[in-house]
Amino acid sequence: MASVSTNQFKGGLKFMLDGDPCSILENELVKPGKGQAFNRVKFRNLKTGRVNERTFKSGDSVESADVMEVELEYSYTDGEFWYFMDPETFEQHAADANAIEDCKKWLKEQYVYTVTQWNGSPLLVTAPNFVNLVVTDTDPGLKGDTAGTGGKPATLETGAVVRVPLFMNIGELLRIDTRSGEYVERAKD
Amino acid sequence: MTTSWKPSAEITTLKRRAQYLADVRLFFAERDVWEVETPILSQAAPTAPYLDSFTTDYRPIGTQAKQTYYLQTSPEFSMKRLLAADSGSIYQIARVFRNGEQGRLHSPEFTMLEWYRPELTLPQLMDEVNVLLRQVFNIEPVIRLSYRSVFEFFLKINVFNCTDEVIKHCALERISSLPIDLELDRDGWLELLMSYIIEPRLAAMAMPLFIYDFPASQAQLAKLKKDSSGNQVADRFELYIDGVELANGYNELLDADELRQRFEADNQLRKQQNKAEIPLDENLLAAMKNGLPECSGVALGLDRLIMLALNQTKLSEVNSFSFECA
Repeated sequence: MASVSTNQFKGGLKFMLDGDPCSILENELVKPGKGQAFNRVKFRNLKTGRVNERTFKSGDSVESADVMEVELEYSYTDGEFWYFMDPETFEQHAADANAIEDCKKWLKEQYVYTVTQWNGSPLLVTAPNFVNLVVTDTDPGLKGDTAGTGGKPATLETGAVVRVPLFMNIGELLRIDTRSGEYVERAKD
Repeated sequence: MTTSWKPSAEITTLKRRAQYLADVRLFFAERDVWEVETPILSQAAPTAPYLDSFTTDYRPIGTQAKQTYYLQTSPEFSMKRLLAADSGSIYQIARVFRNGEQGRLHSPEFTMLEWYRPELTLPQLMDEVNVLLRQVFNIEPVIRLSYRSVFEFFLKINVFNCTDEVIKHCALERISSLPIDLELDRDGWLELLMSYIIEPRLAAMAMPLFIYDFPASQAQLAKLKKDSSGNQVADRFELYIDGVELANGYNELLDADELRQRFEADNQLRKQQNKAEIPLDENLLAAMKNGLPECSGVALGLDRLIMLALNQTKLSEVNSFSFECA
C-alpha cells in the first residue's frame, strides 16, 4: 500500500489509522522556533464517523487509504443489504446497514447517491443534496392556506417524515433538502 | 473567474503594516541603532537540526560549475560579523526563509526584525522590547517568568530535576492526541508541552510573557550560566503574546570554540537523522575569534507581531501575497 508523508497532509486526504480509514479535516503545523515540527491533525474516522485528533512527527509517513467516491444508482434492498449499481458497468455493490444509516430515509430507486468505497466496498452512502419524493400520508389539505404557517407532518414514500405546508395532499411530489431534512417546494415532475 | 491574483491581505491592512515598519525604523533611529542590510544568499548556514534552509545554485556565466548557496534563515551570522567589526548597535528588517514551514502561523518566507545591542544586558534588552511593543504596537507591558517557574506553575514539574520519563509521562497524560509509541528526546517532549498545554493557557490568560533561563540543551547561540538555584541554564528569552511565540533573545555566545562544538554536535545529530550536514560558517567563527563584543540580541517575527496588533489570526492576512499565491 502506498504511503503518504505528513508534508502531503491536507483537508480531504484519506489515510489509515489504527486499521480504520480516515479523512483529514484540518492539518496544523506545530513548530517551535528551532524545535522539532509536528502535524496536529483533526480527522474523521470514516468507519465510525467520529472526529478525533492525532499528532504526528513531521516527516513521518502513514499508509494511504484506498478510499474512492463513486456515483451509484440505488436499486433495491433485501433487508440485509442495500444494492447500488454502477450505471455504466451495471456492476452491483452491496452496502450494509451502517453505510446507509444516515441516508436510509432518502433512499429511492433509480436515484444516484455518492458512495464512499474503501477497498472496493461501500463504507458510506451520502444522499444528493435534494431529492423529489411523493407524499404517501398526511392530513387532508386545507384549501385557502397558502401562507404555509405552521405546517403539518407528512410521510413520504421512503418513510421519512417532514413538515409541509397545510395545503399539501397525498400523492404530491415534493422537493426535499436532505441536509436539513426540510421541505423546499413542490417539485415539477 | 479566478481570484488568485488578488492580495491575501486587505489593502488597508497593508497600509497599516507600512506604518508599523516606518514606526519601527523611527524607534531605532531615536536610539542610534542603525539599519543594516546583509546578504540573503550565503555559502554557509545554521546547523540547527530542525531548521531547514532553502538552497540555490550559483553558476558563473559560461561555465557548468555550480556552487550551493543557502538563503538566510535569519540575518544573525552576517550581523555578528558586523558587530565583530565594531559596528555598534545595529538592526535589520530582513526577509528570511525556512523550508517546509507552512501553516496559519508559519510561512516559508517571512520578515524578521533583528537587532543587537552591545551596551545592553539581556534584562535591559527585554526592557527595550517592552518599550517597542508599547510605543509602536500598543501592546501592554510584558511579565517575566523563568522557564522553570512556567513549567512548575502550569504542569507542576521541575524541568531541571525530573527525569526524562516524568516529562514524557506528563506529555502523554495531558496531550490526548499523542500516539502512545511516540519517541522524542527530552527537549522534544518539553516543546510539545509548551506548544500544546502552556501556549493555549497563556493565550486564554491574555498575558504577554517573557520566558527566560532555558534548559542548557536549548542554548542555541546563547551563553550558558547558572540560575539562582545553581542549575546550568541558557541565558536567553522568548516572548509570547496571546500564546504565540514572537521573539527569541540571547545573551550572545562569544566563544568561537564553543560555537564550533555546538555546530559540530548539530551536524552529528543531522547525520543521525539522515539530513544533509551544513557547512560551518567559517567567516562567523573567524569573526568571533577576532572578538565579538559582549552583546544582547533578539530576533522578532514581525509578521506575527503585526498580525496580533491588528487582531488578525493568520499570517496570510498581513502579507501582501501568502506563500500559496506567491
